[in-house]
Amino acid sequence: MTRSRQWVVLSLLLVLLGGITFAYKVVRLGYPVLPDETGEQWLVQARLEIEPVKGPVRASLLLPVRSTGFTVTNESFISRDFGLTLEENMFRRQADWAIRSLDSDRVLYYRATVIRDTRNSRFANRPEIPSAPELDEPWASAMADLVQEVKTESADAQSFAAEILDHLQNSPDDANWNLFLEGVESSLDYARLAQSILAMEQIPSMLVHGILLNNDVQRSAIHTMLAVWDGEHWMLFDPQTGQQGRPEEFMIWWRGMETLAGVSGALINDLQISVKRRLRSSLDLAAQRTELKDSFIGRISLLHLPVQTQSVYEVLLLVPFGILVIVVLRNFVGLSSFGTFAPVLIALAFRETELVKGILLFMMIVSMGLVFRFYLERLRLLLVPRLAAVVTIVVLLMTAISLFSDRMGVETGLSVSLFPMVIISMVIERMSIVWEERGAMTSIQEGLGSLLMASLAYSVISIDVLEYWVTVFPEVNLIVLGLIVALGRYTGFRLTELIRFRQLAGSNPL
Amino acid sequence: MNSILQRMRSNGVLGLNRRNGDYILKMNDRRFFPLVDDKVLCKERLQERGLAVPELIALARYMQQASHLGDLLGTHNEFVIKPAHGSGGDGILVIKDRKADYFVDSDGNLVKRADLEHHVTNVIGGLYSLGGQPDVAMIESLVHFDPAFAGLTYHGVPDIRVIVYRGYPVMAMVRLPTRESHGKANLHQGAIGVGVDLATGITVGGVSGNSPVSLHPDTGSEISGFQVPHWSSIVSMAAQCFEAVELGYLGVDIVLDERHGPLILELNARPGLNIQIANRRGLRLRLDAVDGLGQREESPEWRVEWACRAFGDPRTDLFNPEPLLSGS
Repeated sequence: MTRSRQWVVLSLLLVLLGGITFAYKVVRLGYPVLPDETGEQWLVQARLEIEPVKGPVRASLLLPVRSTGFTVTNESFISRDFGLTLEENMFRRQADWAIRSLDSDRVLYYRATVIRDTRNSRFANRPEIPSAPELDEPWASAMADLVQEVKTESADAQSFAAEILDHLQNSPDDANWNLFLEGVESSLDYARLAQSILAMEQIPSMLVHGILLNNDVQRSAIHTMLAVWDGEHWMLFDPQTGQQGRPEEFMIWWRGMETLAGVSGALINDLQISVKRRLRSSLDLAAQRTELKDSFIGRISLLHLPVQTQSVYEVLLLVPFGILVIVVLRNFVGLSSFGTFAPVLIALAFRETELVKGILLFMMIVSMGLVFRFYLERLRLLLVPRLAAVVTIVVLLMTAISLFSDRMGVETGLSVSLFPMVIISMVIERMSIVWEERGAMTSIQEGLGSLLMASLAYSVISIDVLEYWVTVFPEVNLIVLGLIVALGRYTGFRLTELIRFRQLAGSNPL
Repeated sequence: MNSILQRMRSNGVLGLNRRNGDYILKMNDRRFFPLVDDKVLCKERLQERGLAVPELIALARYMQQASHLGDLLGTHNEFVIKPAHGSGGDGILVIKDRKADYFVDSDGNLVKRADLEHHVTNVIGGLYSLGGQPDVAMIESLVHFDPAFAGLTYHGVPDIRVIVYRGYPVMAMVRLPTRESHGKANLHQGAIGVGVDLATGITVGGVSGNSPVSLHPDTGSEISGFQVPHWSSIVSMAAQCFEAVELGYLGVDIVLDERHGPLILELNARPGLNIQIANRRGLRLRLDAVDGLGQREESPEWRVEWACRAFGDPRTDLFNPEPLLSGS
């Protein structure tokens, strides 16, 4: 590859790299492209009210496990005086509260924030093959008939389970089924019954308990589902409807035959699970998900930095956009300014003062500074001390403006301190030299030119979306870099040259 | 707009971006830049090659020397103070006479000794140098310009700018100081640029700023049709500068001294593009013509001869015949 074409490749690579990272974050990690989009999350609370009986009191509560569909974050426990221990493994989590003695009723709280998560997670380990339950007559022969009946209508574990659930719902007149359906009401009952029928055929199954997250509920019902092992996967069935698959709003809490809470030395007066839906910036959600996902790319975002550092970088990361504007203005339009990138720094200061006030303040400082500079010239100070004097004067002017505007109750005056004083001093120095060498007109013209460039740079870096992008997608600066590289090889005319050389485009040059 | 762009292209107008990207960056090796950016070094190099330059009276390197200007100046009553790393003619002070502690500048104004010293300290402090680096103040003897230019100049010294591409002179102009330029010959300071036929040295018309002029604004003399004296040695000296500093894209500034003839005032690694307006000609077609010769080592004499034949008298310009009739 020749060197002359390398810039094309480099530029394209940079733009692509930036673009792909951006797209990955938006599509895969769910970062919103525009600020202020909102998503939902749920505040889930388990409230366990216990009444002491005697002696030491222990209470345990199963906690939501990490599973497909939702992610649990920001867990907290409120349990005054109780000692708390957590028991956790991949498929089971439990909180244990203990206290030596308790003399009155007590309420223990578990709270968590739950957000949606598209990622799949392992459901449970490969199960053991269950042994068939031993039944007495008449149940044993009824069961044998049932199994035989279902078997003929099914092909594999999946259809077998589906058939069982179907029959449980739709065969109320069949004597065999009725034998078992007596007293079966809740989804838990149905699931247990289906489990024992599945066990007859050595099909592993498991109970899965959870809650539905769809509305604000003060007392959420525990919803039980049946998980059936087909030899390779776990499949979820709704035991009451026979529907297969996890409903979107079903959050799995725990598995197996256990109960949600257990106590010793006390009684459970009440156990209640409440759900509250909350809207929230989907950016927060994406960031929370990313934290949990350990995604490297997701970590390239300023959201992980402390807030103060974030705001510093927000400004720094905007600089390339301002600089891109300068590149365009200089190499495409053909404007010139005092100091190559001084307009960008002035533009950054405008962010705090707003454009019009910023321009007024800038002109105020520069013109006052120029007056002092001309006076200093008559003192014949050497260069560096003179520059130092100008910087000091600029600082004093800025202070004076702040004090004055504070007294006048004008707030913008205070933000004058953000002006880059050294840059302003250099502008004053350059302007005064140009003033002497080429006249006041040229000097003022160039000064206004710098101000114009600063205003244009400001109008770009003050776009809200950009500020949001550089914070969340710092990689957009790779795209900027790619563009700058590409612009660096633009050797065509500048816009102002069309005017400058217009006679050379005339009909007869001589 | 589009047709202006097209005609500018077909007329071979060179823009700043292309000058920087395709010529200066490619042809001018950065390590040779100090040879032209440092006017002291440049002067030495040119003298080694036997090329005539204005006499260097003294160098002021340290601030203390500013207060002993008298010692440095000796008996010289007329001289020029310039920053060794200056650009665009900034910081050049021309002194034409001296009366005790007073000096007379090119406009005839009195300059106090203290003002002069202050100027020298500014130069040494780096006020006019690129990037504000500490600099050296050069004190050169004043050039007494050839009286041939008397009607065409207001104070100051007119100079001749020749663009030398890969050793071939490709375009030339005369720069005439005006009242507005305070005796300086830089176009952006208000001097007039006048195109010159490369073969004959006869002026073809002028430009002030970016607009054409036919009469000198201060003297009222006709600008075109003037024969620049010593033309062949001017072009030849310009061509030889290529060997001295090895820059492929070079601006050579030459002055005509009454007694010493043509003197090379300074070289420029980033010469401006107004020369195109002064000559009503784009540079690119000529640069392309030189590139068309391919890589070859030729003597300065051969190069000058070739260039004068190729680019001489614009009306018979071989490489740019009636550009607009054949245009677009």
